[in-house]
Amino acid sequence: MNIVDLILSNLFSIPYGGEILLRTGEHLILVAIAMTIAISIGIPLGIVITRKPKLAKVVLGLANAIQTIPSLAIFGFLISVPFIGGIGKVPAIVALSLYALLPLIRNTYTGIINIDPTIREAGRGMGMTDTQLLFQVEIPLALGIIIAGIRIATVISVGIATIAAAIGGGGLGVFIFRGISTVNTQLILAGAIPSAFIALGADLFLGWLERYLTQPGQSKQKYFLLGVLAVLMTGLLLGIFGLQNPQTETITIGSKNFTEQVILGEILAQQIEAKTDLKVERQFNLGGTFICHEAVKVGQIDGYVEYTGTALTAILKQKPITDPKKVYRIVKQAYDEDFQLTVMNSLGFENTFAIVIRREDAQNLNIKTLSQAAQYTPQWRAGFGYEFLARKDGYPGLAKTYGLKFKNTPQQMDLGLMYKALAQKQVDLVAGNSTDGLIPVLKLVVLEDDKKYFPPYEAVPVFNQETLAKYREIEPALANLAGFITAEQMQQMNYEVDNQLRPVAEVVKEFFTKNPN
Amino acid sequence: MAKSPKLLQDKEIVVEFQDVSYGVGANNLLFDLNLTISKGEFLVLLGRSGSGKTTTLKLINHLVIPTAGKVIVHGRATEDWDPIQLRRSIGYVIQEIGLFPHFTVEENVGLVPSLEGWKPKTLKRRVYELLDLVGLEPGKFAPRYPHQLSGGQRQRVGVARALAIDPPILLMDEPFGGLDPITRWEIQQQLRHLQAQLGKTVIFVTHDIQEAFLLATKVSLISEGKLVLEGTPTQFKRSQHPEARRFMACCQISQ
Repeated sequence: MNIVDLILSNLFSIPYGGEILLRTGEHLILVAIAMTIAISIGIPLGIVITRKPKLAKVVLGLANAIQTIPSLAIFGFLISVPFIGGIGKVPAIVALSLYALLPLIRNTYTGIINIDPTIREAGRGMGMTDTQLLFQVEIPLALGIIIAGIRIATVISVGIATIAAAIGGGGLGVFIFRGISTVNTQLILAGAIPSAFIALGADLFLGWLERYLTQPGQSKQKYFLLGVLAVLMTGLLLGIFGLQNPQTETITIGSKNFTEQVILGEILAQQIEAKTDLKVERQFNLGGTFICHEAVKVGQIDGYVEYTGTALTAILKQKPITDPKKVYRIVKQAYDEDFQLTVMNSLGFENTFAIVIRREDAQNLNIKTLSQAAQYTPQWRAGFGYEFLARKDGYPGLAKTYGLKFKNTPQQMDLGLMYKALAQKQVDLVAGNSTDGLIPVLKLVVLEDDKKYFPPYEAVPVFNQETLAKYREIEPALANLAGFITAEQMQQMNYEVDNQLRPVAEVVKEFFTKNPN
Repeated sequence: MAKSPKLLQDKEIVVEFQDVSYGVGANNLLFDLNLTISKGEFLVLLGRSGSGKTTTLKLINHLVIPTAGKVIVHGRATEDWDPIQLRRSIGYVIQEIGLFPHFTVEENVGLVPSLEGWKPKTLKRRVYELLDLVGLEPGKFAPRYPHQLSGGQRQRVGVARALAIDPPILLMDEPFGGLDPITRWEIQQQLRHLQAQLGKTVIFVTHDIQEAFLLATKVSLISEGKLVLEGTPTQFKRSQHPEARRFMACCQISQ
């Protein structure tokens, strides 16, 4: 009792202590359920293919192929799959189970195939049936290798489970994603350290189990232990049904995985909570535009804040247009017709791409615009986010418009790490967002887009029309937010969260207190 | 009444090969094998490595299925037997012994009886009896694992395991290959007595002619998949068949 109290009090005294416990628990449950499913599929499958050599190639090849798919791609793919897909814990568990399959199938198969053939022949020669041979000889002799497979799969799963946060699966990845998007090392560690401990703990425990089960004798105790573990695992598996969110009078608001998005999500959430009787569930930090769009389309989330320019080019795949009103009109109409999504009025500010350099460079070279910068870029290194590099309205068009050339091929970087890299002179120019709170703090400046290359990016709430029809109070509640937030206010809130490390909910609450509607 | 069937049984045919051939694909390993083994006989299949002796043995317990001809065990072709039942009525000791490394000596020896659903008490009594029979002190050896035994002890356990449910036929595939000469001689002696005492029909594979002469009541010489000579050890010694002469030559050198 005292020790537990001591640990708890210490844990709560370190930053994020309570949430670390919660997320660690989530993480453990994710991994345990995924492993239970993977074991109950992988091991029988591994056994079956020892009996069917032709099938073995196909199954092992398939499991191998799954393993090579990047985890974010699997999560993205699962969003539009019914029943097992969407966002939240279920698709996260499905993806984790898929990844755990290969080591389980392969080790079971190899373990059994590599048993000394004379032993198998002795068994057959003495008149053991195939089933008796399997359960009394092959599985016990392959057990060490099978458990080694479980061990590898578990450790891999603990790592991959951090990515589950990208689709709202919770777990310690929540800290890591939030930490990366806010350039907060402490937050990253709050996710990474417990996750490393879980991996180490799982490895130690399974290593012990491996040794214990492969030592001779004590079969009764071994069966007892395996029985207890099986009961625990089954209990967890049943617990999966408890994870399915009950579809009550709850509205789910999503957001992409950067600070401004989380703040905007929280603004929508608090506004709905304040003006209606609905409960709001928050599924923030989803892994990017595509995941949010798919999720709101299928109703996994009911709404989130999108940017008109992004909607036009990334979702509707149209060429960039510079007239903000025209962009809004096209997006609103296409969303309504193609996706049954309602695009609400702009929240008032624009978050456009911003080409950012260090203030000292800008002052030394006396440059303010992108056209002026173009003559210096051949000596500079650039760092861009993946989206910016890939999108038509991103780097390729920008380079053409201004004739930009760089010392090296621009480096692909995470949004959250980019500013730090710029401040630490690892790169000399990055593409950020105009509302980023870090820009003033890290002594950076935004270059003026003097040729008006970037299309308008007005922030607009996007909602699922079924939800709006069902809960008619939502639309009027959010109508008040039209034109409500200025770019400066947004930058300020971003700064509060990113640099003052204040909780999003608190910053948003303060904003509403200062700006009642 | 007790005596007359016994006399008849002496000539009872237990295993019979009828024009048996066996091959994998186009590659024939055994050609037109004809062989009869009577009850109580100790038949040694003698031949060089790769001559087809082991395959011949595996045809008897249906581990290998003839591509032509029939193997008849207890009056029924092996194909008509339930292979599990057939194998449980035949004791089997193989080259590498094939003891289960995760089973104790007791569990290894008691395997077939336990598959047959024997009660634990009867089973234990039988295991102890068998260990006694092969000259291993039951109290000492029953709880050991195969890796805790010497080569000779392992062989004895292998023999005990094959005898567990008292099968009328015993198949032995070079069981004493890896033993030192003295242990080997001891265990050969023991097997001979055991066979005489229990009246088992034994089919024994070896490439060691001295072992063959020591144990056999009948020697069958197999060369390149064909049965080339069949007879008592005395008949074998007198044979002019070139393969038999070669085997005899080795025998003389080593003496």
